[in-house]
Amino acid sequence: MPVRAMTAGPASLAAAPARPAPWRNPKLRGIAYQVAFVLLVVGLIGFFVHNTLVNISRQNIATGFGFLEREAAFGIGESLIAYSPADTYARAFLVGLTNTLYVAAIGIVLATVLGTLLGLARLSSNWLVARLAQVYVETFRNIPLLLQLFFWWSLLNSVAPGPRQAWQVLPDVFVSNRGIVFPAPVADPAYRWVGLAFLAGLLLVVPLRSWAARRQAATGRQFPVGWAGLGLVLGLPLLVFAAFGAPLALDVPVLRGFNFTGGGAVSPEFAALLVGLVVYTGAFIAEIVRAGVLAVSWGQSEAAMALGLRPAQRMQLVVLPQALRVIVPPLTSQYLALTKNSSLAVAIGYPDLVSIANTSINQTGQAVEGIVLIMAVYLCISLAISLAMNLYNRAVALVER
Amino acid sequence: MVRTLLIRRCLLLAATLAFAWCGAAQAGPTLDKVKGAGSISCGVSTGIAGFSQPDSQGNYSGLDVDVCRALSAAIFGDPGKVKFVPLTAQQRFTALQSGEVDILSRNTTWTLQRDAELGIDFGPVVYYDGQGFMVAKKLGVKSAKELNGATVCVQPGTTTELNLADYFRANKMEYKPVVVEKLDELVAAFFNGRCDVFTTDRSQLAAVRVSRASNPDDYVILPEVISKEPLAPSVRQGDDQWHDIVQWVVFALIQAEESGITKGNVDDKLKTDDPTVKRMLGVTPGMGKMLGLDEKWAYNEIKMVGNYGEIFERNIGAGSPLKLERGINNLWTKGGLLYAMPIR
Repeated sequence: MPVRAMTAGPASLAAAPARPAPWRNPKLRGIAYQVAFVLLVVGLIGFFVHNTLVNISRQNIATGFGFLEREAAFGIGESLIAYSPADTYARAFLVGLTNTLYVAAIGIVLATVLGTLLGLARLSSNWLVARLAQVYVETFRNIPLLLQLFFWWSLLNSVAPGPRQAWQVLPDVFVSNRGIVFPAPVADPAYRWVGLAFLAGLLLVVPLRSWAARRQAATGRQFPVGWAGLGLVLGLPLLVFAAFGAPLALDVPVLRGFNFTGGGAVSPEFAALLVGLVVYTGAFIAEIVRAGVLAVSWGQSEAAMALGLRPAQRMQLVVLPQALRVIVPPLTSQYLALTKNSSLAVAIGYPDLVSIANTSINQTGQAVEGIVLIMAVYLCISLAISLAMNLYNRAVALVER
Repeated sequence: MVRTLLIRRCLLLAATLAFAWCGAAQAGPTLDKVKGAGSISCGVSTGIAGFSQPDSQGNYSGLDVDVCRALSAAIFGDPGKVKFVPLTAQQRFTALQSGEVDILSRNTTWTLQRDAELGIDFGPVVYYDGQGFMVAKKLGVKSAKELNGATVCVQPGTTTELNLADYFRANKMEYKPVVVEKLDELVAAFFNGRCDVFTTDRSQLAAVRVSRASNPDDYVILPEVISKEPLAPSVRQGDDQWHDIVQWVVFALIQAEESGITKGNVDDKLKTDDPTVKRMLGVTPGMGKMLGLDEKWAYNEIKMVGNYGEIFERNIGAGSPLKLERGINNLWTKGGLLYAMPIR
């Protein structure tokens, strides 16, 4: 075997005299460049990591993520999950993460609603509505977000009275500089079933829609999907709620000692951050929506009118599906921006991820680890949002035949 | 505001990157670096009356500031060769570790964890403090034990924040912290009524009450002292010469008060027969050389900045709006804790 291989070698070389030398082969050269580049990048990263570790150990600064297991020993103002100073740093980070996701999720939904309404308002044929929307957009888009956050926060802080003189805006709803407190239902096993019924309603809308589409295609008769869907999503939970005997015990906030206890509460920090993010991002989304609608040529609307579609149908069936193709990609950027901007919370004291990481960095002195954690978490959140929006974009993109 | 936040972010990131960039071998004798630069970079607070606060012209004054001025006088024979870098509680250690400041003179509590884990060394304590609580008088609170359920304004990343959690845990009380990094914002939030309680070192409470409350009499500092807060300057670990200089510059301030040497009489004291004073003021040479400084180091700091007692009275004592008592911050000979090691 080896003998035969050796005799075959020179023969095949001789048979291909036209093949260029390896360093002249563009394919091989390309691969070589890429390997060299990857090695360089890996080498650089390795150099930085090594140097960092050497320098830190030379300065006798503690390293590693071991601190995450230690007791955090500091308090956190608001938390969606149970937390006490006796919990670990890892738990504190988790609290920060949930707080960030909480404000970002609500912010994205509200900013989208506000932005869409404003974008359509700017296109309104009503002069006053269009101008008001324009003034709004130009004002809030051009003031730095941080200043807006300070504005809302100090507004809530300095204008609202103390808890003992709280404004009662509705029965049992109080506004003070400690936030907004309101009655909240006492937890009851029925609520879990109500929630499940809500989810079931949401899921049932999908087959309902496809059934209605099939029926319209077959018979030409339309079905009011919107109303029926709303009935499913809201009606099912209501039915379940009624079936359980409508257990509605309210936990009413009461002024006790320094502050209100009981009920639900929204802190001024959370409220200021949410309002700031929604108002600011909403202005950008309004412009994106307006651009998307304007991108659909007027001929499409004329064609729709010629077919006898009503204005709402025209928007829903002809204009919006085409506009979404233009709207979704920049909208993704706005969602990412809103999520990342939520880190400005640190300036007004909402305990988001960055705020808690900063505190941890300072209590442990491990800045490098803390920053690595912050960066990794924001990267993951951003990639997840991008992924979801890209999937949605693929669904609404123009299907070319 | 936008700028400071940006700068803060950049500083943290820069510090992280600095570790990656720095060559491995140079911890650099800080004294050489300082002499080369012609000034000391001194990390101070962003503004606490009596400890470090800039006036309208940007000139800093305060106890922490005078420690740096004394250091400058000892090294350069001029108290003005100091570049003050205002730092928030969260920035301070990174700024020191990364070499942005040469000394951190910023009402910082000396703790085991900081000493052992942050790669820094503390100099002598310049003010023995303790944590307290301030509340609005109209709340009618007489003791910290009545604070169950209160909302508390506290600076993040401080020992104060940890002591607060410990104290409420130990006394089985609940509280809601409001943490804002910038002291200005936090104090404004307290005086706006966002919090029931403001907690920090008692000297700082007094400073904030005098300088920021519209009517200082509307606020009371509760009697409880819930922690020990020995405030000391700190330097990077691994430069023993620089650590020694900071240490003895502070000791000289205390020793000067003990030996009765003041700004006014230091020239007369040059003619003294007291061997201790002669050694300290460089009449008998040797001490300065051992530290790597001019023989006039201690003379210069006392002549230009004054002794510890003078610094105290001028900034936080009877001669200042704060009017703090000497209390335990008196000389050991007068029942206090200040005790300079022998200069010999």
